[in-house]
Amino acid sequence: MDDELHARLKAYEGRPAAVAGTGRDPVNAPMIRHWCEATGDRNPAYTGPGAIAPPTMLQAWIMGGLSGHEGRAQAYDELLSLLDEAGCTSVVATDCEQEYLRPLRPGDEVAFDTVIESVSQRKTTKLGTGYFVTTRTDVRVAEELVGTHRFRILKYAPRTHAPSGQASSARASSGHASSGPAPNEYVPSEHAPTPTGREEKAQGRQEAPRRPRPVVNRDNAGFWEGVRRHRLLVQRCTGCDTLRFPWLPGCNACGSPEWDTVEADGEGTVFSYVVMHHPPFPAFSPPYAIGLIELAEGVRIISNVVDVPYDKVRIGMPVELEFRSYDDEDGELVLPVFRPRAGEVAA
Amino acid sequence: MKAGDELPPLEIGITRTLIVAGALASRDYQDVHHDPELARRKGSPDIFMNILTTNGLVGRYLTDHFGPTAVLRKVAIRLGAPNYPGDIMVLKGTVEEFDGATAVVRVTGDNGIGRHVTGTVTLTVPPGGAG
Repeated sequence: MDDELHARLKAYEGRPAAVAGTGRDPVNAPMIRHWCEATGDRNPAYTGPGAIAPPTMLQAWIMGGLSGHEGRAQAYDELLSLLDEAGCTSVVATDCEQEYLRPLRPGDEVAFDTVIESVSQRKTTKLGTGYFVTTRTDVRVAEELVGTHRFRILKYAPRTHAPSGQASSARASSGHASSGPAPNEYVPSEHAPTPTGREEKAQGRQEAPRRPRPVVNRDNAGFWEGVRRHRLLVQRCTGCDTLRFPWLPGCNACGSPEWDTVEADGEGTVFSYVVMHHPPFPAFSPPYAIGLIELAEGVRIISNVVDVPYDKVRIGMPVELEFRSYDDEDGELVLPVFRPRAGEVAA
Repeated sequence: MKAGDELPPLEIGITRTLIVAGALASRDYQDVHHDPELARRKGSPDIFMNILTTNGLVGRYLTDHFGPTAVLRKVAIRLGAPNYPGDIMVLKGTVEEFDGATAVVRVTGDNGIGRHVTGTVTLTVPPGGAG
């Protein structure tokens, strides 16, 4: 469904975002070497006589750098201003698509033109509601098209606002690099303000967010195997009977590497907790409480406190273990969480 | 080489040095790629890798495998979870198409918090090229 703003934004499709921009420097061996050093790229094609530039450097040749961009077209500034005024003040980059028609070589002087290719309808994403803006840059050397660079950003109104005093964080004022056309205030998109574990979320698709997976290794595999079978296993040193959690290869009390396990009965209390507000993360909807739970057996475990409003969690609150299954495209994930023991929540 | 072949994974240690060196080598002076304090003020827990560096690493992953005579034709990437210092990104690739000269490889890069990048790379592999 089109909205009125979208109609105004759509009018910018096909209009220029940068006209007759030129690279700050000709393609050159020192910048190629710096790039290869940074990325660890030892491809011999990028060194010596006859060297070419790494094709993926395409955008680097048209970056404004510290001295800023030249050739930005008014239409692009207007488009961004319209979005700003509509509250879509944050920016995240989502896509970079490049095509290389011929290699660039030291001495090549690049020129570029950028067009606003498309503006999406309003999309609601994990980050917030906004519009995808796609630009396409043609890179030329002496009139010959040598590459194309398509760049997509989401310009959006953040879903959650930073506490006052940090308003600047909501106004994603920077981010990442951008070629001539890109706004100077690109956000860390890919990145910022909200790390997205699943890029599709940033694209507004509505599948279940992918929940982070535990790192399972030889030292803790038994714990996660227990969780899978809905048993919360605590290690017990067979040398001195000291319980330990999380799982470790040896006993902190006596140093013995020998151990067996004890199944926790699932009762505990909130020893401490924090409330997570920011940054948001896919699969989690802030604010939410993370508790350090002291089990009846005496060891402590970090987990979510569920079935209680985040602001009702209290130190000393009696809780009990529950195993929850989270299904997403990566399959089933079972996690131990804690809920208040019946009748224990203050209204 | 045939469709379905998997490339050996490449682990990239995400150091602060890599993030900053990549940002500067790509002439990207956005503060979130080199200044932790300003990055935090913008809601990010730390500095993070810029998209150009990711693009370069994806290109390197392919040419490391297929050798210096392989020619990159297209690199299309989409970004997800950020690359923060101290993390490790594991690049993986699967050949989706190969017609004897041109290969299309699907690339993913996962880090400790999720999928940093998904991409599709089209490249020309000369006869006898690695694979």
